[in-house]
Amino acid sequence: MSKSSQPIDDFARELSRETRDAVLSSVVTRTAGRKAKLEADYKDPDLLRRLAGKVKQHTVEHLDEYLEQAEAALTKNGAKVHFASTAESARETILEILRNKGATRMVKSKSMVTEEIHLNDFLEKQGVECVETDLGEFIIQIDGDTPSHIVQPIIHKNRRQVAESFEKHGLGAYNDDPQTITHRARKHLREKYLQSDAGMTGANFVSAESGRIVIVTNEGNARFGMAANGLHIALVGIEKVVPRDKDLGLFLNLLGRSATAQQLTVYTQFINGPRSKSQPSGPKEMHVVFLDNGRSKVLASKERDILRCIRCGACLNVCPVYRQTSGHGYRAVYGGPVGAVLSPLLAGDDFPKYADLPKASSLCGACHEVCPVNIPIPELLLRLRSRANKEGIKSAGAPPMAPFARMATSPKLWQTAMTASRAMNHLPITMMPIQPLQAWLKIRTLPKWRGGEFRKWMKERGGVNSGGRNE
Amino acid sequence: MSEARDTVMRAVRQALSDLQEKTPLPEYDSEILICAKYREGEVGGWLEFGENFAAVSGRPLTEVGELLVFLKEEGNDSGYCDPSLKERVGTVLEESGLKVHYEYEHDKVDDYTFGITRASGVIAESGTVVLNDEDTVDRLAALAPWVHVAVIENEPIFETIPEAIENLGDSSNVIWVTGPSKTADIEGILIEGVHGPGVQICLKLD
Ligand code: SF4
Repeated sequence: MSKSSQPIDDFARELSRETRDAVLSSVVTRTAGRKAKLEADYKDPDLLRRLAGKVKQHTVEHLDEYLEQAEAALTKNGAKVHFASTAESARETILEILRNKGATRMVKSKSMVTEEIHLNDFLEKQGVECVETDLGEFIIQIDGDTPSHIVQPIIHKNRRQVAESFEKHGLGAYNDDPQTITHRARKHLREKYLQSDAGMTGANFVSAESGRIVIVTNEGNARFGMAANGLHIALVGIEKVVPRDKDLGLFLNLLGRSATAQQLTVYTQFINGPRSKSQPSGPKEMHVVFLDNGRSKVLASKERDILRCIRCGACLNVCPVYRQTSGHGYRAVYGGPVGAVLSPLLAGDDFPKYADLPKASSLCGACHEVCPVNIPIPELLLRLRSRANKEGIKSAGAPPMAPFARMATSPKLWQTAMTASRAMNHLPITMMPIQPLQAWLKIRTLPKWRGGEFRKWMKERGGVNSGGRNE
Repeated sequence: MSEARDTVMRAVRQALSDLQEKTPLPEYDSEILICAKYREGEVGGWLEFGENFAAVSGRPLTEVGELLVFLKEEGNDSGYCDPSLKERVGTVLEESGLKVHYEYEHDKVDDYTFGITRASGVIAESGTVVLNDEDTVDRLAALAPWVHVAVIENEPIFETIPEAIENLGDSSNVIWVTGPSKTADIEGILIEGVHGPGVQICLKLD
């Protein structure tokens, strides 16, 4: 491996063609769908992105107040609110809630934050069965794998691989028809729901005003998990709060379109308490666990903007590096551009372990352009790079960024470079020589440079070199 | 309050203590969230809902007769109906030979191929059916059967998403359903009917 090789590059180089193809075809479709939907529905989608960014920035800058408001509203409605400052304390809190109710069979809907605290492993060791019910997450679970995308966990698998897993795990003879696979999962998981005594979810948003927790799924799995048993536990990152119910409209409109090119996700649930008195099904008890687990450290940092993230996955889909490495290359729960910022920050003292991730970006600015909350990801990545260099972290040892940064700030140069094979010599990230790049260029999925805000920012920041050099 | 709470709140306050300038909360008119297509269309109401509901694979119906035909064609012979809809819906189906249950038995969840329950409104702009705990006779009846029929009589038709948000009301459990349950997890191929209904109907009775 070359000297400037980063762990993520090695990963990308060794990634199988099959996996890369699976990832690529999916993200390309998603990126196109997202753009078409936003532009068909809004004259100026950027207006909404910027507004949503400001609302969320305001929220995280007043997080203490909004958390207290949300807590009060939820408590008033009969939900029980808990706080956990570490992964360990969250796991213990959840276990205690389950133990108090004698619950041993839990169904889960997709939640990145439960991945973050490694909840399943822990609970299984304590004798609690945890069943993932999102189809993708269920496949991840039977495979003993980890999700490689925030929204589409099995983006790295194709249907043949899924069919093989189903066969191996006694879910029917080999059949790679997605419809058959889905129906088998429906049947299998239906039973799990009906036997369960607890349902675990994350949350997409929490309105401080009403305490309403918003959970969206397309499959209806969170809804089922909250209909088939009497105990609901929601594990929620403290940054999920938004000020008002009104703001839920803003964020829901952006989330559906950005994540899956839908106006709204199929099941959008607004929940701020246990089931009503007249309702025979669903949770008699609702618990909300607000999790810090490093978020307050991110809040203290100058990169706190990343806490605006609503986990839509759009920046992953559009990222040239993600497209070459898949999510697993990032070695953490959150991959892609958002993960490259978030993972090193959440790691706290383990920052050096992930210090190579902020380098895994071509700084093309596409992530910023698609982000529904307008997070200046390239800017945050550069800050983290310079921090890594200041701290003298070796894995962050820099391939020269200057030529690349220059290209990234000139649409002409960028496009020429990207289509000229000679450009390979100038690209600092060793992902570039990877073979499928050619195919990738052919279908012209490269982020279209619109001379957007990132470029302006670069200029204002005093020229390209300061952005690219290792300060 | 608990120690964990104090720890988290202290850490958050500490993190924000040095922040000199804070972003103000922007005020905005929720009008800007309404999608352009809808603003220009000016159709509104049930027709607009129907069009948008159909666009997300939902089936808008206005006659019990249509429902009957659909259920029979698809081979649904036994299902559940909210007893308060017995007169207007249930008996019509029964008269044509369908088996309709008015008591939802939890150990027979998988025997009901259709479930007929009340909705608390619809949203025209997005083709969304609004359900809440108070109007839904049983959460499972609106979710477990392959066909879910959400019925509205005099319930409101919200024109837009912001209007529906303003009218979330007091229920602690409001669900918006925009089409049948679906997934695109496997190779991005769209499959309907994952955990919830594979067919989502909305029946409007005058
Ligand atoms: S950083 Fe922005 S684009 Fe990326 S997942 Fe978060 S909200 Fe979506």
